[in-house]
Amino acid sequence: MPNKTSTTTQLSAIIEKELRVYFNSAIAYIFVVVMLGFSFWWFFRSFFLVGQTEMRAFFEILPWIYLFILPAVTMRLWSEEFRQGTIETLLTSSIPIHVTVIGKFLASLVFLVITLVLTLPLPLILSTLGNLDWGVVISGYVGAVLIGGTYIAIGLLISSLTQNQIISYIITALICFVFFIISQPIVIYTIPNYIVPVLDFISLGSHYDSIIRGVLDTQDLLYYISVTGLLLYTNSYILFNKR
Amino acid sequence: MIKVTNLSKDYGTVKALDGVSFDVQPGEIVGLLGPNGAGKTTIMKILTGFLSPSGGSAEVGERDVQKFSEKIQQKIGYLPESTPLYQDLSVHEQLEYAAKSHGLTGEDLQKAIKHVLKLCGLVEREYHDISELSKGFKQRVGLAQALIHNPEILILDEPTTGLDPNQILEIRKLITELGKKKTIILSTHIMQEVEAVCNRVIMIKQGEIVADNSVKNLKHEQLTGFTTKATIKGPEDKVKISLENIPGILGVQVKARPEKDVVTYLISSEDDIRSIINKEIIKADFDILEISSSEESMEDIFHKLTK
Repeated sequence: MPNKTSTTTQLSAIIEKELRVYFNSAIAYIFVVVMLGFSFWWFFRSFFLVGQTEMRAFFEILPWIYLFILPAVTMRLWSEEFRQGTIETLLTSSIPIHVTVIGKFLASLVFLVITLVLTLPLPLILSTLGNLDWGVVISGYVGAVLIGGTYIAIGLLISSLTQNQIISYIITALICFVFFIISQPIVIYTIPNYIVPVLDFISLGSHYDSIIRGVLDTQDLLYYISVTGLLLYTNSYILFNKR
Repeated sequence: MIKVTNLSKDYGTVKALDGVSFDVQPGEIVGLLGPNGAGKTTIMKILTGFLSPSGGSAEVGERDVQKFSEKIQQKIGYLPESTPLYQDLSVHEQLEYAAKSHGLTGEDLQKAIKHVLKLCGLVEREYHDISELSKGFKQRVGLAQALIHNPEILILDEPTTGLDPNQILEIRKLITELGKKKTIILSTHIMQEVEAVCNRVIMIKQGEIVADNSVKNLKHEQLTGFTTKATIKGPEDKVKISLENIPGILGVQVKARPEKDVVTYLISSEDDIRSIINKEIIKADFDILEISSSEESMEDIFHKLTK
């Protein structure tokens, strides 16, 4: 087995390669511009209507923007490796499969974090206009990273199941959408009461709502970490059994 | 160094490999030869740990490939068929990624990149995007990537497919050079490649080995006679009669008629009687424009064993 140092090197090799593939093409810049443009527009639209120095509207719209952007980021992660045939060199390069999966996941997460960092002018501007609760803002960003990470893990898993990037995009967006809205009133009012707590627990949206209100509960953090971990484990398992 | 025992692989109901066994000793250049779909690529994919076999075992350095795949992959440099590369990276970025994926860092990494760039003639293309490279240069990048961690074993799946004749010669020369220090398994369906590069050939047909020998021994074993190719100027019927009357000749076939009264014949005999043919044709007052042992002999063996 490779030693600790070489595993770290291998992990950084995957992350660097994925980020280079993103930023050597125009796709990454298009995603960033679309995401920033839409989220800024949505924020300022409600900001001028409500006139309060808070970022709730921004964090509320983020998961919906993610539904369009993140499946596009993840759809090529495995599909493209299968299409180009690079999956052969990747899986025979002595990098353990789970390291490759984690590397791809972290690369997409870094991409997401870079995009979120670019939204920091929003709270900075707000803090000059009034009394901004930075605790809620930080909590919101943590929630945005966590739910984004779970969307990415879903997309990564789906990408490993198909060589068709369009199918990967649609199925990822659909799964993320379903797991996000199952705790929304529109669903809850149409199902029996005893199912509500179950849906509330498995829903990506209910835990997110709690975090963006400024409540950083361990249960919510553990939920996202364990769901993401389980998805990445399943991804490694599927790839290992494709041999 | 490499031991394959009773290897089999099924894709659903299709049997891609059926009880394949062979050994490869250190320093050998072994050619896996067979028609498309014979199972060459499947053997390579199993040896590199990309596929698991349905039965049997593959060992590298007395270790099972399935159980110790990551350890064994450190010893192997693999160039898959069609040379898959990341089109959005530059040559340097691709090689840096390949080096790091084998755990190389710092000075070792830079040295390794410089070494393979020089070895594969890529120094001037170091910062070019892979998408801009010709097929020949892409093949070199694939080879450089396979060599970056200085592996003991090279596994090359049809390394010259799609290259022009000059590029083919360059890659063959490079493989021959590498074969002085490394064990190489290469797959091909080109006879000349096997004769030019390999010191041993394993011929595969429908997932089974039909021949395993040195090129020289295989020719000796499989070719019952000798074939001479001669291009002679003179009336075809008279030349043919003259040839058939030469003692030791078993048969005469017309291969081509490049010009009027110029015919290329394939002459079968038990031994090499080129000098006798030469003398007899001159004696009969015809002109010999060209005479050689037939280059088709390996092709004949291929057709015979894989038909």
